[in-house]
Amino acid sequence: MTDSASLLNKHSFVELGARQRAKALLDAGTFRELLDPFQRVMSPWLARQGVVPQADDGVVIAKGSLDGLPVVIAAIEGAFQGGSLGEVGGAKIAGALELAAEDNRKGIPTRAVLLLETGGVRLQEANLGLAAIADIHAAIVDLRQYQPVVGVVAGSVGCFGGMSIAAGLCSYLLVTQEARLGLNGPQVIEQEAGLEEYDSRDRPFIWSLTGGEQRFASGLVDRYVADDAAQIRQQIGDLFKLGLPTRQRSQQADLYLQRLARLNAEPQIEPCVVRDLYQGERS
Amino acid sequence: MSAYSLRGLNWFKALGADAKPVDGLPASLKVADGFFAGQPVRFIAVVADPANRFVRARHGEVGLLEGWGLAKAVDEVITADQDKAQKRALIAIVDVPSQAYGRREEALGIHQALAAAADSYARARLAGHAVIGLLVGKAMSGAFLAHGYQANRLIALRDPGVMVHAMGKASAARVTLRSVEELETLAASVPPMAYDIDSYASLGLLWETLAVEQIEQPTAADLARVTECLTQAIDDVAHKGADLSGRLGATNRAASSKVRQLLSEQW
Repeated sequence: MTDSASLLNKHSFVELGARQRAKALLDAGTFRELLDPFQRVMSPWLARQGVVPQADDGVVIAKGSLDGLPVVIAAIEGAFQGGSLGEVGGAKIAGALELAAEDNRKGIPTRAVLLLETGGVRLQEANLGLAAIADIHAAIVDLRQYQPVVGVVAGSVGCFGGMSIAAGLCSYLLVTQEARLGLNGPQVIEQEAGLEEYDSRDRPFIWSLTGGEQRFASGLVDRYVADDAAQIRQQIGDLFKLGLPTRQRSQQADLYLQRLARLNAEPQIEPCVVRDLYQGERS
Repeated sequence: MSAYSLRGLNWFKALGADAKPVDGLPASLKVADGFFAGQPVRFIAVVADPANRFVRARHGEVGLLEGWGLAKAVDEVITADQDKAQKRALIAIVDVPSQAYGRREEALGIHQALAAAADSYARARLAGHAVIGLLVGKAMSGAFLAHGYQANRLIALRDPGVMVHAMGKASAARVTLRSVEELETLAASVPPMAYDIDSYASLGLLWETLAVEQIEQPTAADLARVTECLTQAIDDVAHKGADLSGRLGATNRAASSKVRQLLSEQW
């Protein structure tokens, strides 16, 4: 296939909305949405602040099968309020993961995929968003005892705030070049630490530190995939086939403390320093 | 007045006066093993280390070393108590102004360090350890998610300096395109947006709030009251289980219950 032909055959995942993304991952005809937009379970907090709420609160929960296995997908709509999580959207994700864990305790091997496009807590619902994210963390750790939880950061919003911690709890993480993964959003770092520390308008700089390629080269994610729906689906299926990881990334405190001990923290950091520190000569 | 809060350190010293310090952790972590009336406990506090190798984490912020260090401090307990009938309770003393905001932090994956801490606390809970969060100062955002928010029971001291929030006011205003004044006006009428502990309590996330005489430096009476409350919380966990369902049920958090109920019906 020529380059232009392969480009025409490619179906961008990044360009899809949350609902289309979930559909693209599930086996054909198995998509079933829970708490769909027609049920109008919306944020009780936005309207009184002059923000128009959305009928699904920016989170799609879909059940179905992936390679024939039962799966629940929680997809965040990056286009609504920057993918921020409020009370309802957060409870949808936490509740779905809690039910998936219950399934497993009853012998039903439900797996979970999280499609993460989010700036983290929705500040208009601040403490209820934060509480929901703590529930999501708890539910991932619970479900992960039984089945892998796969996190996908495709872009273009990226994954930040408390949900970057959720990403760090996933059994496996998959990213594209468009993805960014980091705790603090660039604007907030600039606000708190100054322009010299972090220039939120310097996009190449931000991607060089927190972009998908860098995260993969540093061993902070497991798969680096092209922006192609079929390839992403294939990779998620492969990750489920691997089963539970032998050792969670979030359970390697000794290793990371040793690595950080070797770092000269004095000079400002460069992306290559992280690659070398975390992956040695491999990068 | 100090450039950083000493509350966490002072409460750690008071509660853990007879406890045995645990070594081998970053200087910004205070960890000690003691007892409450025969119940073994581990006290864990994140404190300011003005000499922290990471300059953006010198005022008590939860940064890279703190996240991974907390994970280590909690993992040690899970492993050591694996085969014991009586599990150590974990008391997270919470006085954390924020996560660390910096270039080094983002580059080195601070999100993963904080995930490690949350992971360990959550697994401790699942393994049957009582995990109690004692809020004596700020409990902000990612710092609180890493240190305290996975607790089975949250206890807050009643004081204007005890506050829970997702982001400092200046940054929250910038991100939501509001002025700080507008933000404060809204916060006064929208409970989840408020910074004070009474508004937070109305969300149903706290198990108990306690008034004390001297929040900065606890008196003997303060210590007795808090110790009693912590003991009751540990006992409550033993009787009512280790999940986080106790946080649901408040009127101001009704949608969280409603969503779960509907999901369960449609599952």
